[in-house]
Amino acid sequence: MEEMIRAENLVYEYGPVGDGRHAALRGISLAIMPGEFVAIIGHNGSGKSTLAKHFNALLVPTSGTVKVKGMKTSDPRNLWKIRQTVGMVFQNPDNQIVATTVEEDVAFGPENLGVPPAEIRRRVREALECVDMVEYMRHAPHLLSGGQKQRVAIAGVVAMRPECIVLDEPTAMLDPSGRREVMRTITRLNREEGITVVLITHFMNEAVQADRVIVMEGGRIVLDGSPRKVFGQVDTLRALHLDVPQVTELAYELNREGAELPPDILTVEEFADAIIGVSDRGVNDRSHKTEEGRARTADACGTTARGRGRSGQADCHGRAAAASCGGG
Amino acid sequence: MFGNITIGQYIPGDSLVHRLDPRVKIFITLVVITVLFLVHTMAGYGLVLLFILGAMLLAHLPVKFVLRGVRPLLFILVLTFGLHLFMNEGRVLFRLGPLVATYEGAFRGFAMSMRLVLLVLATSILTLSTSPIELTDGIENILSPTRALGVPAHELAMMMTIALRFIPTLLEETDKIMKAQMARGADFQTGNVLQKAKSLVPLLVPLFVSAFRRADELAMAMEARCYRGGQGRTRMKQLHVGAKDVLAAIGSTAALIAVAVYL
Repeated sequence: MEEMIRAENLVYEYGPVGDGRHAALRGISLAIMPGEFVAIIGHNGSGKSTLAKHFNALLVPTSGTVKVKGMKTSDPRNLWKIRQTVGMVFQNPDNQIVATTVEEDVAFGPENLGVPPAEIRRRVREALECVDMVEYMRHAPHLLSGGQKQRVAIAGVVAMRPECIVLDEPTAMLDPSGRREVMRTITRLNREEGITVVLITHFMNEAVQADRVIVMEGGRIVLDGSPRKVFGQVDTLRALHLDVPQVTELAYELNREGAELPPDILTVEEFADAIIGVSDRGVNDRSHKTEEGRARTADACGTTARGRGRSGQADCHGRAAAASCGGG
Repeated sequence: MFGNITIGQYIPGDSLVHRLDPRVKIFITLVVITVLFLVHTMAGYGLVLLFILGAMLLAHLPVKFVLRGVRPLLFILVLTFGLHLFMNEGRVLFRLGPLVATYEGAFRGFAMSMRLVLLVLATSILTLSTSPIELTDGIENILSPTRALGVPAHELAMMMTIALRFIPTLLEETDKIMKAQMARGADFQTGNVLQKAKSLVPLLVPLFVSAFRRADELAMAMEARCYRGGQGRTRMKQLHVGAKDVLAAIGSTAALIAVAVYL
């Protein structure tokens, strides 16, 4: 399969030539395959936004190469084909909406591509359906919520029929519900439309939803792998002052206190399952409960999972007391 | 403070006026403006006012909202009226120290103020009932024959669209910065003109900085969406002059010219 994006020894420097030059990217090599959902995380100034801008030739490498479907970004003849293939959504929804109604803004991209008017109309409708904003077609963008604006911006890119969408911290300026809306849209585009997604984010629970997580620091890639593999390395991430998802951290801390949880827990559901597994084993060793009884304990653990340790212990004591009563 | 600026805003709708071809609407507005400068009688102004109110109702625009757009003009109106009132010769109305107010001055002042108000109303109906993109499409289209002469028609139109698009955004931002500065003790209300102007500095500096940042980001977003000027660009909305457009243009022009000729 042909790679969607390939970077080789990508170096990007800025500033005046001479001593004042800063390197934002210091030798990045990576390949992104069609249909992948890649999250890039890293500090402010780690180079992740700079890297993203290389993916559709908004920036070209100082040295090294970036290829989009085999087209070199440094060749100006490829420019428009590349930008049509790789769409980009930016952080501030206000600063990327050009037009004064939603439909006209979504039409902006296809208009630039010279698509015939009837076809533009069809694409605008499809794109708005895709992000669930059809009923806002004739609205003025400044009256929409942040999440809605960002979905309009995504529709504006979708209407250009890209094969890959790069999103540069699309949820950074949104409230939690807007963030959820946007994430739902992004995952849907990836799963249902098969669009390759590169998501740059600060939020670890968003990165977890990707197939692959790339961690950047100081213009280099320091970790690259499945979310499970990357977030399993809590120590490395901590050393980089990066967060891990809250449940992963909780599991990590519990393990340090002697619990025996898998180190690569990423979601609350997995955490709950793991806790059940642990307490299950305990219960089994002690009293050889039946399937039915195990299910019941699982329920109890599910409800006490939030209060962990203490209530768990109390539960055990209670059970022990009950057992002794019954025995007596 | 900025809520009452209606120029440049657009109220979406589906009325007859909304659906007219933007070029026709621009044409009619230009006719209204020309007639306003030709008319010299009260009855003439009255009829133009009627025409404008009629257009407002046809467009289903909230009359109160449109009229509020005149409010920022109040100072200029008072100044115009005052200057005309005292600067004209004729029958004496009253004296104020060395100043002499005349009947002729009062009439002229009133006529001038009326003219200004009607100008603002006519243009606000145009912008309120025409989406800025349609409006700029219209202007671009009207200007396109001059492209051969080196007039950058597309660029001008794009600049206008963006300016209009960002008016509400920047007003919102101004309001936010103002509140932030007021929360830290800035005072925008009191003092003489000079002090007031000075107090605007902490407002304008951040506003400009952020406007430049916005411009930078917008330019990048536009480029990312393959914008490369007017060449090879198509439009989703094609301009089309239909029967209703021709009728509207002929009807209003005839009516307005009649007003100009007979009154």
